[in-house]
Amino acid sequence: MSLLTVDNLSVSFPTPKGRVNVVDGISFELGQERLGIVGESGSGKSMTGRAILRLIRPPGRVEGRMTFEGQDLGALSERQMRQMRGAKISMIMQDPRFSLNPVMSVGAQIAEALRTHESLPRHDIKARVRQMLEAVSINDPDRVARMYAHELSGGMGQRVMIAMMVIPRPRLLIADEPTSALDVSVQGDVLALINDLVRGDAINSGGMGLILISHDLPLVARYCDRILVMNAGRVVETCAAKDLHKATHPYTRGLLAAVPKMHETRDVLPVMERTT
Amino acid sequence: MSVSDIAISLSNLDVAYDRVRVVQGVTFDVKRGESFALVGESGSGKSTVLKALCGLAPDWTGRMEILGQTGPHRPNRALARQCQMVFQDPYGSLHPRKTVDAVLSEPLAIHGIGDQDAKVKQVLADVGLDARFRFRYPHQMSGGQRQRVAIARALMLEPQVMLLDEPTSALDVSVQAEILNLLKRLRAERGLTYLMVTHNLPVVSFMCDRMAVMNKGRIVEIAPSTALHDGSFSDTYSQTLYAASGGAG
Repeated sequence: MSLLTVDNLSVSFPTPKGRVNVVDGISFELGQERLGIVGESGSGKSMTGRAILRLIRPPGRVEGRMTFEGQDLGALSERQMRQMRGAKISMIMQDPRFSLNPVMSVGAQIAEALRTHESLPRHDIKARVRQMLEAVSINDPDRVARMYAHELSGGMGQRVMIAMMVIPRPRLLIADEPTSALDVSVQGDVLALINDLVRGDAINSGGMGLILISHDLPLVARYCDRILVMNAGRVVETCAAKDLHKATHPYTRGLLAAVPKMHETRDVLPVMERTT
Repeated sequence: MSVSDIAISLSNLDVAYDRVRVVQGVTFDVKRGESFALVGESGSGKSTVLKALCGLAPDWTGRMEILGQTGPHRPNRALARQCQMVFQDPYGSLHPRKTVDAVLSEPLAIHGIGDQDAKVKQVLADVGLDARFRFRYPHQMSGGQRQRVAIARALMLEPQVMLLDEPTSALDVSVQAEILNLLKRLRAERGLTYLMVTHNLPVVSFMCDRMAVMNKGRIVEIAPSTALHDGSFSDTYSQTLYAASGGAG
């Protein structure tokens, strides 16, 4: 059974010129695999991630059907949905500096994420937090657990975010630009970590599905099994990550060609035709 | 190489913020017409070198020469004619309540240069913006269009040296390609010298002739950008950075 089925999903927002569909009827299925959603700003990739978690507030409107492990996400009450978020479907945001609580210690934040979904003795919670921090390759978990968000570097902050999101052992992890605020050398580590967690090695959770949302084509190709390319709210192409270079859609080809290469010999980079 | 061939010359440059030295012993020369990159991670001091060059980081010691003049300890008018900076974020670097026309005319007014109307029209054409953008506000434009305006503003005084601080890292890849092409064309047309700060090695491969790799405030290696083709770096830190950026693959 597939983990998540999205059928004809649309997200619209009102504008002075009428409602605009920022996500315009997309459909896809996700098993226990790593799916990359790639596109430029405004392509609707982040809105897709938010729509799955039902995080789009009025006046935004979501239409279409989303089924997660056989449950219709649209039919759940807000209360049921809250139990779903974090416990079953989790989301890693872009910048740890804005998404961690600045007045709560790291350990307390991670523990809170766990306590919201499971009732465990205090001793067990502490042990799980410690184990989780180790799983995200933090060397001195007891010290880091006592630290606050401003004392962490970007890479460490993102590890803490990941620990918080993964500790309730969700079945699906949505990572929205998890590394774009990080340096290249740290990016690789964080993605490798997400990769390990998704496969379930580090926390023996039996693995999970991953949706990696990013604007960085080469990066997504490296860490995902399958790629959806989005433009203007629609999926223009779906392909296996290893076949990305064989992509046929002109938009995907244009995106690929516009990226400078390490071994660059072109004098001019090809650019896309724009209507505006 | 005679002295007049050198646009920027730094030797043993130390820069401090509040007595904390963030850049130490930086030495390099950039030839006239050359495109030189400073690469490194956040906190490596690469942007600080640019700030020192335009007088925004006054607490520096060592030797700094720009087109034969000694470097500044505060922003100065004569230097502004020669050397201009383009910043990373086009959303933050343009005044939200000023039209493109006002932004572009201001440097001319400050320096008492006439013929503003014709110059503004010309520079808009040079950076590939239609004349209808002239009386728009920043919020009425896309990120790429704003970055074109920021580049146009830097070009108004017809400088010879451009300091580029991550000029495309806030932009989408297709827009990045347009801006990189624009910068490359402008350099060829006007014989500009570029000193560019970036963390994106493929961009260096496309734009620059040589690069200095910085780590913890020091330059660890200066290499031609052809080193990016095969990864022939001698320093271990440069090799790590190269591998983390995806290497030759």
